[in-house]
Amino acid sequence: MLEVISNLALGFSVALTPTNLVLCFLGCLIGTLIGVLPGVGPIATIAMLLPITFGLDPIGALIMLSGIYYGAQYGGSTTAILVNIPGEATSVVTTLDGHQMAKNGRAGVALGTAALASFAAGTFATLVVAGLAVPMTGLALKFGPSDRFALMVLGLVFAVVLARGSIIKALAMIVFGVLLSTVGTDGETGEDRLTFGLAQFADGIEFAVIAMGIFGFAEILKNLESPEARDVVRGEIGPLLPSRQDIKDSAGPTARGTLLGSFLGILPGNGAVLAPFASYTLEKRIAKDPSRFGRGAIEGVAGPEAANNAGAQTSFIPLLTLGIPPNAVMALMVGAMTIHGLIPGPQIMTKQPDLFWGLIASMWLGNLMLLVINLPLVGLWVRLLKVPYRLMFPAILLFCCIGIYSIGNKPEDVMLTAAFGFIGYSLLKLGFEPAPLLLGFVLGKLMEENLRQSLSKAGATLLSLFDSPLAASLLGFSALLLLIAVLPSVRKSREEVFQE
Amino acid sequence: MSIRLKTLLTGVVASVAAAGSALAAYPERPITMIVPFAAGGPTDTVARIVGEHMSKTLGQTVVIENVTGAGGTTGITRGAQAAPDGYTIMMGHMGTHGAAPALYPNLKYDPTTDFTPIGLAAGTPIIIVTKKDFAAKDLKEFIAKMKAEGPKLNEGNAGVGSVSHTTCTLLTSQLGIKTARVTYKGTGPMINDLVGGQIDFGCDQIVSVAPQIKAGTIRALAIATPERSPALPDVPTTKEAGMPDYQVSAWNAVFGPKALPADIAAKLNDALVKALDDENTRKRLLDLGGTIADKPGRSQAALQKLVESEVARWTPVLKAAGISAAVNPAGATSGATPPPAAAPAPAAAPAQK
Repeated sequence: MLEVISNLALGFSVALTPTNLVLCFLGCLIGTLIGVLPGVGPIATIAMLLPITFGLDPIGALIMLSGIYYGAQYGGSTTAILVNIPGEATSVVTTLDGHQMAKNGRAGVALGTAALASFAAGTFATLVVAGLAVPMTGLALKFGPSDRFALMVLGLVFAVVLARGSIIKALAMIVFGVLLSTVGTDGETGEDRLTFGLAQFADGIEFAVIAMGIFGFAEILKNLESPEARDVVRGEIGPLLPSRQDIKDSAGPTARGTLLGSFLGILPGNGAVLAPFASYTLEKRIAKDPSRFGRGAIEGVAGPEAANNAGAQTSFIPLLTLGIPPNAVMALMVGAMTIHGLIPGPQIMTKQPDLFWGLIASMWLGNLMLLVINLPLVGLWVRLLKVPYRLMFPAILLFCCIGIYSIGNKPEDVMLTAAFGFIGYSLLKLGFEPAPLLLGFVLGKLMEENLRQSLSKAGATLLSLFDSPLAASLLGFSALLLLIAVLPSVRKSREEVFQE
Repeated sequence: MSIRLKTLLTGVVASVAAAGSALAAYPERPITMIVPFAAGGPTDTVARIVGEHMSKTLGQTVVIENVTGAGGTTGITRGAQAAPDGYTIMMGHMGTHGAAPALYPNLKYDPTTDFTPIGLAAGTPIIIVTKKDFAAKDLKEFIAKMKAEGPKLNEGNAGVGSVSHTTCTLLTSQLGIKTARVTYKGTGPMINDLVGGQIDFGCDQIVSVAPQIKAGTIRALAIATPERSPALPDVPTTKEAGMPDYQVSAWNAVFGPKALPADIAAKLNDALVKALDDENTRKRLLDLGGTIADKPGRSQAALQKLVESEVARWTPVLKAAGISAAVNPAGATSGATPPPAAAPAPAAAPAQK
């Protein structure tokens, strides 16, 4: 314990130098901005800013780049709440209740809750990184392919629970999402799947393309069709900050979300993406009145936002302790470190304690700065909703297009997004929910990889998926959860049949 | 004041010269270097280190543009079709200019005829690695074990067409055996499972595995170069350890589109050579475990020869292993799932925006 404190003291002595403070602030500010702009993500931004960091010292550069990453997590929820566009897989869940809150005139409360929950989670997760990095790494390494597969299956079951309406429709959306995730070159054989011979599909479909299309573009089409409902939030703006009751309501979900996020963040293969979904499911399950979810429940914002930010922080653990990046942004950080002549690996903690602890200290400072940046901005964001929709929607479309183009410099991606806009619009019209589709898409890829890894091991059969006790219990739990979710609707429809 | 005047004059002179002869003024605007892999990967790192110094010699910034997808062939196709004016060049590598013709039957370019070779930038040697408690302690024991129970051993690779995939295919084809191949998306998840002991062995670029080897979380059996690497002096070469024919390196080289004017190509080659002579650039490349070609190896002709010999070498090996990507591709696009062939490794797509 004493050691952690002295290490943290070292960290703060590094992070609190004026240059590093300014860099941290810059990173957080840029991160918030790109998080707010739909489509422009941390990956494209960090890649673009990499060259300017060449002149900085490596620690300062890393502090700034990390600031961009978790700053984007904060900013991303703003777009999700205000205009119903999830910038990243992790903010899909925030759209569910966050945007509803905005529609109910509680946009300020939703934004404030998201910022406060993120800050609380960030503070706790920083302590986790500081104190438990090493043991948690050991735990994460115990997760083999079959355990990760079982975890992803559990994640899909969450998607069923997420659904507000018909279970059958939710299942259909999940399967559709999983199918979309199989488009592209087969990872193992190199054969093309579902590409219709088009080279554009060879690398599969981008998450952002589907998310922008099905959420952003479709939402705009829907709004344009009914002129009176166009303005995202009409009339009352409502309170800007959460009331005492709001804070009381979100304390529990925040704590639970933080724990879930802290753990899932360290898992390889981007386990962090599960965190907000897991948190939402948990809150909905334990809520006294689950029907409030999807209609603007504050727990549905606080929990997932906390989980998402905690996961973002703890996903630094594998990078810092092993030098292995658990997701694409971290991979870019590895590149940044390498270009700066620091080759990340298991020894970075002992050989460069100033870097390791400095970065950790800067994370907490960054979270504090984000709170300071974001709370005053709430008023500004909410006022943005007052901008007439005829000015707003072209701007949203423009930013989406720029963002999508920035991912891979490919014009085809922008056109594909438009196509998904129409698909999303049809789905809305037919009463299908898009969130389970996105989760299916995200988890489908991970599931396939891990399933095939488990099955291509020497001597593996389908039964070996249950070999590890962890995998077996996760799969068992998923089956149970699915049963609980599906049974009532089965029974209900049976009853309906009998009544007729 | 005088400096300003000078700049102004230089500018005027430059534009007059440009009006007179485009060639004399080359380069008069920034040069784009296409890197066909995600930012942060080994190829990207080499390109940025070398490009930074080339900018100084050329007097114009070399801008790195990452165009990812299809194992790097998307970016290289775009580069091959660019105007041959010296303002679009690219950083190709072993995969895009060696293995690609065998992997992608519908490849839109021919590595041997559709480019103007500019010069070899750096090589990153391949190392054979195992999990830390693997039964075979050295390469000889490993070969014996592979021959005895190959199909029972789990080999990790970073995706079809990736460096780890092609180089391990070469290894098993030289040994004449098959293994259980476990495929990952990128080097990161593969190393993660190697450190965790989920898979038995793999082959990968020194830059990806050196930190783990130094920390003892995985074990190195041999490095596939004629000489030991200064970055890992304790790792024996394949020649010393008993498999002298296994020589392979993931090289990176600068190319221009076909029919680049000879004087422009020479200017670029000169800038590259100067970069590779620079102390700081050398140090950064060597720290990564990279190898830098000697003077004759950096010429345009030497690169052309290298490409021809690599295509000739990989085609039969990969065809025999029955690996190919039907329409176009291997691998993944975007920052997240990095192109197999270079890949530092990111995990799955979801983190992207």
